[in-house]
Amino acid sequence: MTEEIIISGFGGQGVLSMGKILAYAGIMEDKQVSWMPAYGPEQRGGTANVTVIISDDPISSPILSRYDTAIVLNQPSLEKFEPVVKAGGTIIYDGHSIIQPPTRKDVKVYRIDAMEEAARTGNSKVFNMLVLGGLLKARPIASIDDVVKGLRKALPERHHKLIPMNEDAIRRGMEIIEEVTI
Amino acid sequence: MDEKKNDYVLLKGNEAIAKAAIRYGYDGFFGYPITPQSEVLETLAVDKPWETTGMVVLQAESELASINMLYGAGCTGKLAFTSSSSPGIALMQEGISYMAACELPGVIVSVGRGGPGLGTIQPGQADYNQAVYGGGNGDYNLIVLAPNSVQEMCDCMGKAKELTFKWRVPVVVLSDGVIGQMMEKVLLPEYTPRRTDEEIHQQCPWATNGIGLKNRHYNVHSSLEFDPLVMEERNHKMTEKYARIEAEEVDYEYYMADDAEWLIVAYGISSRVGMKAVDILRKKGINAGMFRPKTLWPFPNRVLFDTASKYKGILCVEQSEGQLVKDVRIAVEGQTYVSHYGRSGGMIASPVEVYHAFKKMMEESVNSKKGYWIK
Amino acid sequence: MELQDIIKPENKVYGKPSLMNETPMHYCPGCSHGLVHKLVAEIIEEMGMEEDTIAICPVGCAVFAYRYVDVDWIEASHGRAPACASSVKRLWPKKLVFTYQGDGDMACIGTAEAIHAMNRGENIAMIFINNAIYGMTGGQMAPTTLMGMKTATCPYGRQADLHGYPLHITDIAATLEGTCYVTRQAVNTVPNIRKAKKAIRQAFENSLKGKGCSLVEIVSTCASGWKKTPQQANEWMEENMFPYYPLGDLKNTVE
Repeated sequence: MTEEIIISGFGGQGVLSMGKILAYAGIMEDKQVSWMPAYGPEQRGGTANVTVIISDDPISSPILSRYDTAIVLNQPSLEKFEPVVKAGGTIIYDGHSIIQPPTRKDVKVYRIDAMEEAARTGNSKVFNMLVLGGLLKARPIASIDDVVKGLRKALPERHHKLIPMNEDAIRRGMEIIEEVTI
Repeated sequence: MDEKKNDYVLLKGNEAIAKAAIRYGYDGFFGYPITPQSEVLETLAVDKPWETTGMVVLQAESELASINMLYGAGCTGKLAFTSSSSPGIALMQEGISYMAACELPGVIVSVGRGGPGLGTIQPGQADYNQAVYGGGNGDYNLIVLAPNSVQEMCDCMGKAKELTFKWRVPVVVLSDGVIGQMMEKVLLPEYTPRRTDEEIHQQCPWATNGIGLKNRHYNVHSSLEFDPLVMEERNHKMTEKYARIEAEEVDYEYYMADDAEWLIVAYGISSRVGMKAVDILRKKGINAGMFRPKTLWPFPNRVLFDTASKYKGILCVEQSEGQLVKDVRIAVEGQTYVSHYGRSGGMIASPVEVYHAFKKMMEESVNSKKGYWIK
Repeated sequence: MELQDIIKPENKVYGKPSLMNETPMHYCPGCSHGLVHKLVAEIIEEMGMEEDTIAICPVGCAVFAYRYVDVDWIEASHGRAPACASSVKRLWPKKLVFTYQGDGDMACIGTAEAIHAMNRGENIAMIFINNAIYGMTGGQMAPTTLMGMKTATCPYGRQADLHGYPLHITDIAATLEGTCYVTRQAVNTVPNIRKAKKAIRQAFENSLKGKGCSLVEIVSTCASGWKKTPQQANEWMEENMFPYYPLGDLKNTVE
């Protein structure tokens, strides 16, 4: 099993940390993992994306030209990555952030209204965990247990009190994601 | 197995460098911020090793100062390292030449980005020449290690420590922005205590630290010599040492090369891309393999020369306009066709691009002369 | 009475410090370097710090300082002695670590390293020989060359519009929070030699006790570079250098 994922959105949406938690979950599943960010000066508000690979085998290139799954959290990201998802792959997008939804018919497309859900609950910080939950529903690459273990390792000790809140958000994300027929 | 899972940490290459240095018992770090390696100093600042192992950490005023701090540390027999990226390493060249001239230990981590000049902050491998051939003055060599994973970044700090004291030659860990910035799972080494003053005195009798001065001649580290004959003698001595290093320390590995008729040669991040390209080529029925130098100096000339005739063609993959390829052509001595593919300026070739370049190399090789001067 | 009868320990009034070795000095007659070297050797000996001293010399006339004083020496690259000393002192906090630099080394090519080492409050002693000229390369203009002073690269005299102004690096040093002791001395007379020795000793004590960075400027002669006899050079220094670089403590927070 190898899952090659691109997560892309605006800086500040928690794209990089979502990738990191996912990678840690992969370690807990005894897999090989890599996490490769596009880095640059735009740490707030600019574009941010990270490539996460989780695999049973040693990972060769951490840099990819095609992906199994793309999680796109703004319109430019969708435009950039929709064409490079492999046939039969998966696109997950946030309903509020994307104005022109994906149009490809040869991939599975999921919509998650994570931005709205985060706004509704008044906790914008769990936005990325809602999306992560959605991913785990659409692509069950790691168990919730291992994701929570991953959270424990990814978060500094002083933030461990936030783990239950994040776990709730992941579970909620699994509920609110829905497949879209193109 | 479950325990091992828990021992793994997810780290960036730059973070692994910092944490490995603390655990391998480095005495000091001296460096200046530059993208894409700033996490080295940032991680050290967060981990505060001066409170645990006693390691000194200092943000210098420039790369010039950093390398001269490293020079001072090496003179006194301490194990120190610095870390920078392409333009910063360029600034250090004078100091590196001084360290080589005085035969000092010291480790220089180079996390490459696209150049030349200020260049980009995106990853690059255009500093092969800078590391292997140097920009400092005079006849000297540095041992150059080329990790291609975060685990190897960590391990290289241990290997660099061993080699720099064994040979009294500065060691460069030549990495790039991808390996510096990417996260992978890592097993960090156990803690090795830093050497005591007495151990330094025993192991480094040449060090200028004053210890035991009353029972010995005083030590001096200077690269200045007004007598050309004496200077030449010093150079001869170093050249002999370099020959021994070339005989003993070459390191490399193969990927899928046992039955290969065609070869990719790549180091660092390009070797990761190269592995994937080999997978694609194999799926298409092409007998491709990869050769990866793990030491860029000493370069694996011998093995490349001895096996070159086995291959119908070689493609060097590197994220530059062509630096490693020159060393490969020298090693192969025209026995087979050698071509180059690389992106530069901060671009990284994808495995699919390498696949296409490889097919092109295969076609070209049929009608091409084999001389290494033919591009 | 024969000469041999007089050579007895009880008759000895002056001796070379034992840390000074027999190597003939390369310095020109009338140069201040030799005297300052002797003071350094005497002080290390008096402090009993032979095995705990790490000395760092510059590029310039004092590049060969390591030939004359029997302690462990590091020859730094041009201008970088303060950076080198910073790491050495931090890695060997119990040692006496001092730099020995000229005006070109410290106040020109190595200004950044000097200012930042001082400003970080590195626990090192810095000896700064200011003779307002590049001696080793043959008498070119230095950052501290006086206005109107003739050198090989300002043969008609230093002019502000062509060459800018002399750099008062010691005055700058006194304004930095990391310095604890900044003083300007000379070795042209016996009383001044005594004062200079006291100043260097204090700087060394400060390094050992971790009080911060000390800077001892020695306003010096360069008879060859100034194209004068040693005696003329001393007189010229008193008349021209001292008014511009007045002797005395600029800062002392230790006492």
